[in-house]
Amino acid sequence: MTLAANKARAAELRARFEAAGALPVDCAVLQPAEILLDLYGEDIRTRAYVTSDPVQGEVMLRPDFTVPVVQMHMSQGAEPARYTYAGEVFRRQEEHPERASEYQQVGYEVFDRTDAAESDAEVFALFSQMLEGLPLRAVTGDIGILMAAVDGLDASSARRAALMRHLWRPRRFRALLDRFSGRVPVPPSRKALLVATDPMKDAGPVIGLRGEDEIAERVAALRAEAADGPLAREQVELLETLLKVSETCQFALEQLRDIAVDMPAIVPAVERFARRCDALEARGVDVASLSFEASYGRSSMEYYDGFVFGFVAEGRPDWPPIATGGRYDALTRRLGRGAEIPAVGGVIRAGLVVDLEGGA
Amino acid sequence: MSVKLGVPSKGRLMDKTFDWFGARGVGLRRVGSEREYAGAVEGIDGVELVLLSAGEIPRELAAGRIHLGVTGTDLVQEKLVQWDQKVEPLAELGFGHADLIIGVPACWVDVDTLDDLDGAAAAFRARHGFPMRIATKYHRLVRAYLHRAGVADYRLVDSQGATEGTVKNLTAEAIADITSTGETLRANHLKVLSEEPVLRSQATLFRSRIAQPDAADWNALRELCERLGTE
Repeated sequence: MTLAANKARAAELRARFEAAGALPVDCAVLQPAEILLDLYGEDIRTRAYVTSDPVQGEVMLRPDFTVPVVQMHMSQGAEPARYTYAGEVFRRQEEHPERASEYQQVGYEVFDRTDAAESDAEVFALFSQMLEGLPLRAVTGDIGILMAAVDGLDASSARRAALMRHLWRPRRFRALLDRFSGRVPVPPSRKALLVATDPMKDAGPVIGLRGEDEIAERVAALRAEAADGPLAREQVELLETLLKVSETCQFALEQLRDIAVDMPAIVPAVERFARRCDALEARGVDVASLSFEASYGRSSMEYYDGFVFGFVAEGRPDWPPIATGGRYDALTRRLGRGAEIPAVGGVIRAGLVVDLEGGA
Repeated sequence: MSVKLGVPSKGRLMDKTFDWFGARGVGLRRVGSEREYAGAVEGIDGVELVLLSAGEIPRELAAGRIHLGVTGTDLVQEKLVQWDQKVEPLAELGFGHADLIIGVPACWVDVDTLDDLDGAAAAFRARHGFPMRIATKYHRLVRAYLHRAGVADYRLVDSQGATEGTVKNLTAEAIADITSTGETLRANHLKVLSEEPVLRSQATLFRSRIAQPDAADWNALRELCERLGTE
């Protein structure tokens, strides 16, 4: 496992993506920190290397290519487009010092408005062909179904927004669900606040940028929420059943259609999943044995908002996935300043492929 | 060679450390002029006193340049990644107590828990167009704590001193800092969230797991630990 071998393998993989019709692109190692901080929040600092430039201010060693490739496409790309790249990415490994903090990533990204199911299938099928023969297990999921489920809850818009905001933080999501459904007691401080006639009576001087009007606004929002009453138990149970779906695609689809009978809001998303299964099958993917986990990608893949997939090494639970990918339409919206384009793509860790081929 | 014992080089922390060792029959004292950082150990052989800034002791322990060191739990956990693989706490010394806490303006009557902080942060970002700023010098500990709690839409801003003043000066909306009595917080119109603190810290004697003592050092270390009652 040498750097040179990993680099050479990355170049080969990129050449295969090129052969599949992708345009090779590259981007700077130093990326402005601001945009990544804005997207991922403070947590990105635990995963990316931040350094400072005397002129640009805070910069990051690129933690992936997706964001700069999207920016490049949005500012100058023609449509439809397929891109590929290969190069080092840098990740801090505070939790897993045994994992590489600098490694070769090879990617393939598709920007195409014609048919989302077709593009999803194209990317997944290409990845499975390229990784064929390696002892890998593929997992798929669909964040779009979860988002549709949250959006379709019979709950106030404030509650739905709070759940949506934490869709990618499963523990926090659960805590919110427990609170909204009355499964955990209301803290005494909240109880007192809700009934206080003048909450600001003993507040002391108002200091800081967050003004008295903002405090009053949130108190009003909390009171409105309390007046809403708890979420219906059936709804919460249905959502929990949905989150637990973990089957082969075919059985997962059956279960999801059953759930959709009581949760009609997810019907369009479930049918998109069905069309994707057909498109995958048409491209020769063995859908009958492909797993689908409804919660897959929730804790690690923040910008994906539709189809998600990963290839994990069998018998190596200590390894990160060899390849991951998914659909990220919302990211193009956030980076596009008004413009947007459906996008799906994925990355392969060339170094882990070399290790697997070497029988590690 | 001899066993190197790192001790804070000034202030109350040094005096109290000297007292703690003294009460166990190990005399530590500074030698030379008031400004010279040199020390001596009495009552036991083969132990050398190294006077250091408390903030540097974690690094020296992790590098194995000192065998033992007295410093705060907060500094060890903030500065050392996987600290428990690098140092072993031998004894809590019973002074230098301080909690690392999250402080918000006392006027935030709607914020009492981490759940509230997260809710307020979301509303703040929507209103002001940038994330809520939390001033601290304990970046790693605070980030890990807020991550566990699922707090989003905040940004840490570095503050190496007078952190309690940042809210009034409009450079941060909240703070994360060490407090022992809470007096400075109250004086600056701040309150502590009703949650477990980020960390409860006190002066602690640590042993380096990295330093490789030779046979003579091992004997001296064993004798010292016996004397201190930390075995």
